[in-house]
Amino acid sequence: MGKPNDLVQGTLDLLILRTLLPEALHGWAIAKRIQIVSGEVLQVQQGSLYPALHRLEQQGWIRAKWAESETGRQAKFYALTNAGRKQLEQETANWNRLSAAINLVIDEA
Amino acid sequence: MRWIERMRMRKEMAVHRGRESSRLEAELQFHLDQQIAENVAAGMAPDEARAAALRSFGNPTLLREQAREAWSWTWAERLLRDGRIGIRTLLRTPGFSLTAILVMALCLGATTSLFTVTRAVLLKPLPFPGSEQLVMVYEHFRSYGNGFGNEFNVVAPADYADWRAQTHGFDDMAAWRWAQFNLSGDAAELPEVVTAAAGSWNLFSVLRVRPALGRTFTEAEDQVGANRVAMLTWSLFERRYGGNPSVIGSQIHLDGNLYTIVGVLPRWFSYPAATVQVWVPFKSALPPEILTHHDFHFARVVARLTPGVSLSNAMSQVEAIQQREHRAYLNAPVAEDAISRSMLDDVVTDVRKPLVLLLCAAGCMLLIGCLNVANLLVARAAARQKETAIRGALGAGRSTLIGHALLESLLICAVGGAIGYALSFAATQWLVHSWQDLPRAESIHADGVVLASSFALVLVVAVVAGLLPALFSTRRNTLTVLQDSSRAVQGSQTHAKVRRALLMVEIAATVVLLIGAGLLFKSFIRMRTTDVGASTNKILTLHYDLPQKQYDTPAKVVSFNEALLDRVRQLPGIKSAGLTNIVPGAGYGGDDVFTVPEHPPLDPGKPMPDALERMADPDFFRTMGIPLVQGRFFTAQDRLDRAKYVIVSRGLAEEYFPHENPIGKHLVTQWESPERQTYEIVGVVADTLWEPNQPAKPAMYFPVFTGALDRDYTLAIQTQSDPLACSLPVQKVLAQLDPTLPVSHVLTMDQVMGEAAQTSSFIATLVLAFGTLSILLAAVGLFGVLSYLVTQRTSEIGVRMALGAQREQVMRLLLFDGMRPALFGIVVGLIASAGATRLIQSLLFGTRPLDPTVFAVVTATLLAVAALACLLPAWRAARLDPMRALRTE
Repeated sequence: MGKPNDLVQGTLDLLILRTLLPEALHGWAIAKRIQIVSGEVLQVQQGSLYPALHRLEQQGWIRAKWAESETGRQAKFYALTNAGRKQLEQETANWNRLSAAINLVIDEA
Repeated sequence: MRWIERMRMRKEMAVHRGRESSRLEAELQFHLDQQIAENVAAGMAPDEARAAALRSFGNPTLLREQAREAWSWTWAERLLRDGRIGIRTLLRTPGFSLTAILVMALCLGATTSLFTVTRAVLLKPLPFPGSEQLVMVYEHFRSYGNGFGNEFNVVAPADYADWRAQTHGFDDMAAWRWAQFNLSGDAAELPEVVTAAAGSWNLFSVLRVRPALGRTFTEAEDQVGANRVAMLTWSLFERRYGGNPSVIGSQIHLDGNLYTIVGVLPRWFSYPAATVQVWVPFKSALPPEILTHHDFHFARVVARLTPGVSLSNAMSQVEAIQQREHRAYLNAPVAEDAISRSMLDDVVTDVRKPLVLLLCAAGCMLLIGCLNVANLLVARAAARQKETAIRGALGAGRSTLIGHALLESLLICAVGGAIGYALSFAATQWLVHSWQDLPRAESIHADGVVLASSFALVLVVAVVAGLLPALFSTRRNTLTVLQDSSRAVQGSQTHAKVRRALLMVEIAATVVLLIGAGLLFKSFIRMRTTDVGASTNKILTLHYDLPQKQYDTPAKVVSFNEALLDRVRQLPGIKSAGLTNIVPGAGYGGDDVFTVPEHPPLDPGKPMPDALERMADPDFFRTMGIPLVQGRFFTAQDRLDRAKYVIVSRGLAEEYFPHENPIGKHLVTQWESPERQTYEIVGVVADTLWEPNQPAKPAMYFPVFTGALDRDYTLAIQTQSDPLACSLPVQKVLAQLDPTLPVSHVLTMDQVMGEAAQTSSFIATLVLAFGTLSILLAAVGLFGVLSYLVTQRTSEIGVRMALGAQREQVMRLLLFDGMRPALFGIVVGLIASAGATRLIQSLLFGTRPLDPTVFAVVTATLLAVAALACLLPAWRAARLDPMRALRTE
């Protein structure tokens, strides 16, 4: 469980922002959602999840609020802000461009 | 608005850290519970579910730390935590901590205090607006090295007038001179002697000083015979007039003449000295002829540079005029050149070297203190080797460990620095109070720069003292240290080597400091015990002034002086009394050029013969114990018009009458009046020194009973027992003769000599105090190192003794071991001193920089102290019980 490298960190931010696009979720739900939607391929470690959430909150792209969860307990819910929405678009575009470029190189070679 | 959110979050993190911490706890706990619930829902038993969840969760502490990694202000949190640990560690060893803090406090306090003084006196600009543009212009005699004239010679008023009128390099020039008056109120009440200054009407505008009350002088008032006006300084204004503004327009008596007060100078103005009480216009109270002579030198010229005109340009114009004057008056002592220096230099020139010396001495002491604390830290690190090794093994990086060690050093220096800073206030006050001649003393106070530099100094000192021990104690030798048992002496040897090296440097620095102190002290003793050529035992001196207003004829002057001497001689307890203008050792007085009509005339352009101007009554030489070499003293018949006689000093006779008898020859000079008159030489007396640390200068003594007008006198009285006991009766005699006449400088000859040596005594004492402190530190350091060595080598000593070594042999072994660094340190220190003492040569008097006595005494002292410091641990080691030593772990 060492420190995530830069690429993974950037991608994790993108994943979190995308997960939060439809609705506000708490930390566990975010990890679960990513795991399920990616077909059990991507498993987010708690050690990288919470620092990433704090960082995103510090940047102002998500906003945190304590509310009652579905089980009746208090949990910290994260929601996307407008700035976060813009950031998500930008990062998605970056990702698409990057992955397209990589695909081109792989297909070529 | 994102950055507002960012700021808000950062503030939350800083202020509500505890709350955020517990919220993170709750969040992580929630996550775990969700995972357990999911496991249970998937069909596991509750315990199994919990175990599986925890397994996938991982180490909660590590998780928490990882989550907090991303928080802001973690560096601050870490720093605070390390600081708390550091404080606790230091508190656990109070002896060490207290010693280190005390050492730092003393050294930092002394350095801060001296820095405050040095900065205020030498570095801060003068309090006048635009003071960088102000220069002092002096005359320069080319032959000044031979005792004729000075490099920076005061100016003749006629020269100044010509410079001002005929040059345009400077914006303006002004002049001032020293003066002294008998001051009394407008009804002649409350007489006192005041130091005064006389300044030209434009002086305050050149300095750009505005009066606090009233006005400065006008040009019309600065003329001979003009209305008499005066300005008070603030201290006189408050002291004598209670700060009452109605003093403007009132009148005072100065030397018997009425002056109207037109202004009061501001509180902060204390140029040229804080002792000046009154200012009068430059041409006041001067005989008009003096102002036209180019050979009476007594004015000081202040000039303001015009912006855009360089100093050399302006000065070249002045020099051209001066050279013309010189060629026009080849038979008079008119200087050839003019020379200038900045006004700040002029004010501080006498104290610059001593202050820098004191600052260096304090710096040296600070270095020694640092080394001492470093030594203590190494000792401490040695004791905590195992702890450091374990922390390293648990994963602390080397930089983390070094950081911790430096933090401890920083804590010690910070606390010591804070105490030292507080102490420095008291120290600065004491210094200013004790050093009476210190110029610009009123501008000394601690300000922001001093505080900031104290911080910086604390940081530097912390690094210097802490880095070596830190680097040293965190070497990657974990395995060796953890395995270390006392039988293997290996690991501790390097610690001992480091401590010995530190001690060597410390002792070398102490040697340098002590030798400097020793030289200064010897110099001071020499000065204090110099034979000025006159007796200094049981002699009382007393100074008074006969102003021309009341004593306007020679007959009145002579009758006063004769009556005074008669009555004083009849007082009980007085052996003899004499009159002069200045006693030996009390200062320069004045000088004059003379010619000898019996000799061939001098080539024009050669420096004229020049001698100190002195007065004596018939009994003066006998009273002061100055022996007669040839001829006779003055007699009671040499008075008024029949007093055209002069007695010369042996130095004058030898220099200007080398192979002939001076008795019967004549000197032509101006003494009683600006016109030259002829005086017959009737006697030769032994030389006296005008100041203890200056070579003797030829002197000529004129008869007091000539009745020269407007002179000041010193009455010298030889008493049977305590001189000061006779002072009051003598003052009463004076009061009987003239109740309005104040006296000043009622001092014994011992005190007069003491005044001359005062500054050097002060400096020598301070440096000696630093030296003593350093030797104490060095001794304690040496004691500590050797004790440590003994402890480390306990088992080795046990083995030696078991193998048959005698106690004396063990003691000798350890003694040499301890003395070795001391010896090396002394040798290095002696070599360093040989170089360093050259720098203080100009402050020494009668002492060579490589004075063998001082070097020998310091070496012997340090050897003795080192031996003593080593003796106790060595003796303790020799008393060890071999069996106990061998069994020690």
